[in-house]
Amino acid sequence: MARAVTTNRKILNTAIAWGIGLLIFFPILWTILTSFKTEAQAIADPPVFLFFDWTLENYAVVQERSNYMRFLMNSIIIAGGSTLLGLLIAVPAAWSMAFVPSRRTKDILLWMLSTKMLPAVGVLYPIYLIFIQLGILDTRVGLTVVLMLINLPIMVWMLYTYFKEIPGEILEAARMDGASLREEILYVLTPMAVPGIASTLLLNFILAWNEAFWTLNLTAAKAAPLTAFIASYSSPEGLFYAKLSAASTMAIAPILILGWFSQKQLVRGLTFGAVK
Amino acid sequence: MKLRNALIAASAIVSVTSTAALAETLTIATVNNGDMIRMQGLTDDFTEKTGHTVEWVTLEENVLRQRVTTDITTKGGAFDIMTIGMYETPIWGANGWLVPLNDLSAEYNVDDILPAMRGGLSHDGTLYAAPFYGESSMIMYRTDLMEAAGLEMPDAPTWTFIREAAAAMTDRDAEINGICLRGKAGWGEGGAFITAMSNSFGARWFDMDWNAQFDTQPWKDTLEFYVGMMMESGPPGYATNGFNENLSLFQQGKCGMWIDATVAASFVTNPDDSEVADSVGFALAPDNGLGKRSNWLWAWALAIPAGTQKTDAAKEFIEWATSTGYIELVAENEGWANVPPGARISLYENPNYQAVPFAQMTLDSILSADPNNSTVEESPYVGIQFAAIPEFAGIATEVSQEFSAVYAGQQSIDEALEKAQAITNDAMEAAGYR
Repeated sequence: MARAVTTNRKILNTAIAWGIGLLIFFPILWTILTSFKTEAQAIADPPVFLFFDWTLENYAVVQERSNYMRFLMNSIIIAGGSTLLGLLIAVPAAWSMAFVPSRRTKDILLWMLSTKMLPAVGVLYPIYLIFIQLGILDTRVGLTVVLMLINLPIMVWMLYTYFKEIPGEILEAARMDGASLREEILYVLTPMAVPGIASTLLLNFILAWNEAFWTLNLTAAKAAPLTAFIASYSSPEGLFYAKLSAASTMAIAPILILGWFSQKQLVRGLTFGAVK
Repeated sequence: MKLRNALIAASAIVSVTSTAALAETLTIATVNNGDMIRMQGLTDDFTEKTGHTVEWVTLEENVLRQRVTTDITTKGGAFDIMTIGMYETPIWGANGWLVPLNDLSAEYNVDDILPAMRGGLSHDGTLYAAPFYGESSMIMYRTDLMEAAGLEMPDAPTWTFIREAAAAMTDRDAEINGICLRGKAGWGEGGAFITAMSNSFGARWFDMDWNAQFDTQPWKDTLEFYVGMMMESGPPGYATNGFNENLSLFQQGKCGMWIDATVAASFVTNPDDSEVADSVGFALAPDNGLGKRSNWLWAWALAIPAGTQKTDAAKEFIEWATSTGYIELVAENEGWANVPPGARISLYENPNYQAVPFAQMTLDSILSADPNNSTVEESPYVGIQFAAIPEFAGIATEVSQEFSAVYAGQQSIDEALEKAQAITNDAMEAAGYR
């Protein structure tokens, strides 16, 4: 039986939720506001919040100085490619661990996750040398593969968790009806796990979109995505806060829009199986 | 007639195709600052003259440093030209990682490069990077506040005068801090400032046997003076202030004095960004009567990594970007106050540039800095705000963190110096210097 909640309590809860939400959103809001200020207004003390002379000059400067569309295309291809490639590997891997576990499955899962604890800089030089040898430095292919590999443990873990919620008997019934392994995964398992797969896909796309270590270190001019675009506006000797904010706003805009439209799917997937 | 036309057409086609065959696309890694951005905007001039095109990779200074270091040590070949500083150039040149620039054309006139810059960008007399712009550090001060305090800034003040002037200019109620200095951790931030300052107090990083010298009195004197002065007249939270934070404070009229890079002069005198643009004066960085001033020397320079396949085109670009012709091009488009300073002697002989208010003090500051003889007592290293050895960046970053902890009130000066001594000696021992 659901516990009765008083109106005052509801108002308080709503206020707290809005407060936390605004607190989390505030840095993004501040970045967007700063992008419409002049450099002098951007560093004003006390800071100006809404009442300033709004200007689009920073966006014009950023557009003129950088080829935004090239960075954007690289981000879409690299983040999208690594996510789809990862999904191709992660779905069968998670199926195997969820429905045909071995004695070592738990250990393998933990080991996979433990690779995320390795500081990336520790393997920078070996990976850089491999990239040189393979001739894939500053290419979208190289970066797609690396981002797929670093996000793969999370994808497998997430999918494994979702697949575990699906009763094995359903797959067994499909097998008894003559379904092949491919048909079993494609036509029985996948449709049931759509929310989980969708949230895995979205989360990993966002992770790949925001990844800044490898995308900065393995690219130069050709394959650089939006993270490199943002980095080009940061400077320890000179004030570029307003322009940096404009570049950041342009870089996060696509992912914010994607997140906004897919938030239902994302929340549903992330909370899938959380309450039993 | 037909034959003649045919021959002209054929030769035109040959000429176009041969130019196309020679035209290269250069990838250049550079930092994000006003001078470099200006150069990117003027690159069409280079393309028109040579047929070569340029792709820029612009990064924040620390990211750039990590990025180009990875590439050059692995001979990755991702860049055809790299923007590097005075710290990296002699080390990388000695390792054979850079293409020597000793065959630049006669028109380039390498002898026009300021000797301090040329020396700092060479190893064993060979130039490995051409200075795009050079800088030292100097005092920028508010002439109106100095006058109100009843003081007059000498051209070459002492630290004692600066401390007294800072105290006299401080007005906490009006949020005016007498002096703003770097305190932020990082070898290129607060570390650079305190090292340059320590030179004027008679301190040095190493003795001739590469033993750390933080247990000596001059280092203690330096830190005690710095902390005392900042407590009296510095801004709150100075432990986390770097160049940009102090620039912001100065431009908003919240600093009486600021000792920092000479390149800041063009920012603080720009009325579009600075509220105090019309009341800024300049003076040499202070000394302590020991024969060494506390100014540093730095250059952002263009170098060619040994791994590139486009050496000839890269040299053409470097000749274009660091030539007197380029300076004139910038002056024509953006005015003389915006030309890259500190690299060429002829710039300071140009009457148009002499009219820029900070030009002479910038030159005087650069000329008074000697990276080969930066300390009162003899030292085994080259460099003023750094020691040009590969280990320095790592050691100095750690040491500057200890110093910043003192500025933040988290530990005493003695504790910080003791830790700095141990950190430095351990690292030097591990690297085989001791």
